[in-house]
Amino acid sequence: MTGNIQSPYQAWRKLKDKTMSALALACAVLVVAPLALILFYLLKEGASSVDWHFFTRLPKPVGEVGGGMANAIVGTLTLLGLASLIGVPVGVLGGVYLSEYGGERVNWWIRFGADVLNGVPSIVWGIVAYALVVVPMKGFSAYAGGVALGFMMIPLIIRTTEEVLLLVPNGYREAALALGISRWKIVVRIVMKTALRGIVTGILLAAARIAGETAPLLFTAFGNRFWTHHLKDPIAALPLQIFAYAISPYDDWHRQAWAGALVLIMIIFFINIGVRALTRGRFAGATR
Amino acid sequence: MPETFATTSGFAEVRLAQPSRFGDHFFHWLALGMGLSVGLLIIVVGVTLWRGAAPAVHRFGPQFLTSSTWDPVQEVFGALPFIYGTLVSSLIGLVIAVPLSIGSAVFLTELAPVRVRQPIVSVIEMLAAVPSVIFGLWGIFVLVPWLRVHVFPVLQHWFGFLPLFQGPNYGVSMLSAGIIIAIMILPIITSVSREILRSVPDLQREAAYGLGATRWEVTRIAVLSYAKRGLFGAVVLGLGRALGETMAVTMLIGNRPEISASLLAPGYTLASVIANEFSEATTDLYLSALFEIGLVLFGVTILTNILAQLLIASTAGPKTSRAVQ
Amino acid sequence: MNVNPTATQPERETQPPVTEKTRRPVTTVFATPARRERPSRGTPSSEVAFEVDNLCCWFGQHQAVYDLNLRLPAKAVTAIIGPSGCGKSTFLRSLNRMHELVRGSRLTGRIRLFGEDIYGPRVDPTLVRRRVGMVFQKSNPFPTMTVAENVTVGLRLNGVRGRAVLEKGMERALQMAALWDEVKDHLDRPGTSLSGGQQQRLCIARALAVQPEVILMDEPASALDPIATTKIEELIQELKEDYTIVIVTHNMQQAARCSDYTAFFYMGRLIEYDRTEKVFTNPSNKQTEDYVTGRFG
Repeated sequence: MTGNIQSPYQAWRKLKDKTMSALALACAVLVVAPLALILFYLLKEGASSVDWHFFTRLPKPVGEVGGGMANAIVGTLTLLGLASLIGVPVGVLGGVYLSEYGGERVNWWIRFGADVLNGVPSIVWGIVAYALVVVPMKGFSAYAGGVALGFMMIPLIIRTTEEVLLLVPNGYREAALALGISRWKIVVRIVMKTALRGIVTGILLAAARIAGETAPLLFTAFGNRFWTHHLKDPIAALPLQIFAYAISPYDDWHRQAWAGALVLIMIIFFINIGVRALTRGRFAGATR
Repeated sequence: MPETFATTSGFAEVRLAQPSRFGDHFFHWLALGMGLSVGLLIIVVGVTLWRGAAPAVHRFGPQFLTSSTWDPVQEVFGALPFIYGTLVSSLIGLVIAVPLSIGSAVFLTELAPVRVRQPIVSVIEMLAAVPSVIFGLWGIFVLVPWLRVHVFPVLQHWFGFLPLFQGPNYGVSMLSAGIIIAIMILPIITSVSREILRSVPDLQREAAYGLGATRWEVTRIAVLSYAKRGLFGAVVLGLGRALGETMAVTMLIGNRPEISASLLAPGYTLASVIANEFSEATTDLYLSALFEIGLVLFGVTILTNILAQLLIASTAGPKTSRAVQ
Repeated sequence: MNVNPTATQPERETQPPVTEKTRRPVTTVFATPARRERPSRGTPSSEVAFEVDNLCCWFGQHQAVYDLNLRLPAKAVTAIIGPSGCGKSTFLRSLNRMHELVRGSRLTGRIRLFGEDIYGPRVDPTLVRRRVGMVFQKSNPFPTMTVAENVTVGLRLNGVRGRAVLEKGMERALQMAALWDEVKDHLDRPGTSLSGGQQQRLCIARALAVQPEVILMDEPASALDPIATTKIEELIQELKEDYTIVIVTHNMQQAARCSDYTAFFYMGRLIEYDRTEKVFTNPSNKQTEDYVTGRFG
């Protein structure tokens, strides 16, 4: 015992402790602040411009006021659809392999590869899709954009699918095996069926991620002022349009960029929150 | 029990189908193929970039990485300004983001009351979901004007003696890009750090408490030093993210291929030059030079990410490193 | 130890060598359970369901079953008892080729099901598992399926179509599992909405629907309350008239109540195997006596 507990050194330690706690709190506040600021400005600048016209009109020619982003919104949905054609089968089946069939070594390498792919900057995917699709087709197209985005979806969906399948209790697999059912039918009709909600959730989250991607589309989908009638033509997309308008010198286009950004963020948040609600409901059910 | 057993003979006509050998094999190989597509994809990316970059590599050799001339007209390409811009803007982003992120992670795991944690975590996840182009939009019209009017003059006033803050104040600059990068990598560093800190066994904390340490001391001694390597991995992961950021940076950095000592001067990054000039590249060599920049970017980000994964796994174990994607 | 309870069956010392002529095509040998001639109910069968010869099972380096020789009678209930970790579940799972599904597992020896080697080189384990069904300790009706779908899943996923056939099969299986009256008005409810005991009987119905010849039960009642347990035990007594039943249990009283024959395992070896009354009242082996009187385990 060194005597009085309230020695100056102890007081100093207490002060340090309190200061550090305050600092940590400040950090948390500073981390939260940007989101608040961004949402605030999105609403402030964009809300008034998000109207019926915005959703139904095409962009007006340069310099003219008015118009909307109808084609960009449809374009984003189209690109998501194309991307899913690549991303969903490859991602889901890849996740199935990791969970149901894989061996330790193979799995480690596949997961490592998926991690590597996740870290590839999105613009590099644009370059790859350019070389693989735009060059042979001699032009920008929705296909090229879909390919770039689809490749990006693959590692995301592999990861979420594997996680969700691993959660399916082994007892179901055993029971099905004991009935003499073929392996692949067990995987597809029982295991995947049980995990279906989680698989869909993973797909939706991946879609929300890539819906906001701009860089891979810059020289693949390229953008389009009009409606795209053939998938082999360039196609507009919401993030592309926002970018083009934002860096332009026209105030009206700036206004529309804010509106587009607000719509985009609403879509993304909507999907994320909806997905969270879905999974929460699932866990509540599982505790019965 | 009632006598309700049906006789089995009534079922003689039911024949179960032969188990589908073919179905089993086919599905197995299909799933394997899809799993291995991951490796195939990496190879495709590497090969595509390499083949596209080959002419420029041939022409410029290692000078590509050391020359600062970027002249599409004369067809002389050197990537040094972009490498410089990428590194400096990412570094600024890290310097700002790392203390904030780790501080928040500490707050969320060690100090915060439980009720407060989930909302803050949700907010951070929402921040992570914001697309880069929206950060850029907000950056152009909100952040940069504010910095140009309220912050940069102050910096120039107080620190103008440093070459870091000299020169004209345009607003769009390396520093602005660095700040927006910081905001964008905050979520990933925070959530990974949180996972790392959560993986520190409670035993460590209890031992420190048992010695009479204060909260902060417990955090510093038992948690942070144990988690050092993992936290460093989180930082490196953030760096990897920062290196590849394209849209927001393009919109805030000024896009001038020059190396300048001042942080207030415009700059250019590897990703930005590709974004701006790829679809306008007029000659094959120009395009090839951009491919080479893409190759450099690809290589650098892969190495950074691998390093990050190794560091994270060494502290937290493979399970956590899986959870931090 | 080589114990043969069915004394009327001549002991087969050798197995004729398998040559091209004697090896029958797998598809007919293991075709769907064609109706064999079954003796009328109540007559003890003199047939042997399983002949186990020199069975050894490993998990990686760890050996779980040592040199097991056993003859399990058809249309009777055999109980396998013993302390935890003595290899009873491992042995059970070797009877329907579930042991090999564990990574790193290994098995030597021979097991014959009604005379046919289930580990033969060209035998499809899936077909073996259709003839030897299994009910698990924790009832596991498939959560995405209704009661009706759970019962018929084995038929449907094995290629049986036709609503009438499926419905008939479902009713029959539920009747045999003593569950029909309780669920016949709730067939569209999720399988997981039943009580614990009902779920286990649902799993039994599910196993019965594919018309196996043998039903293996791995501690089927250990997670159930006493009333549900009693129902299961009564069910076992009825089922044995048409099926061979092998039940692993750690509950000695249950073994004494339910089974005709009992095998006592200890540390991976078969210690004693005889009629149940004898094992519990006058065991030949001191270890058996210690176990059944509760001195250890």
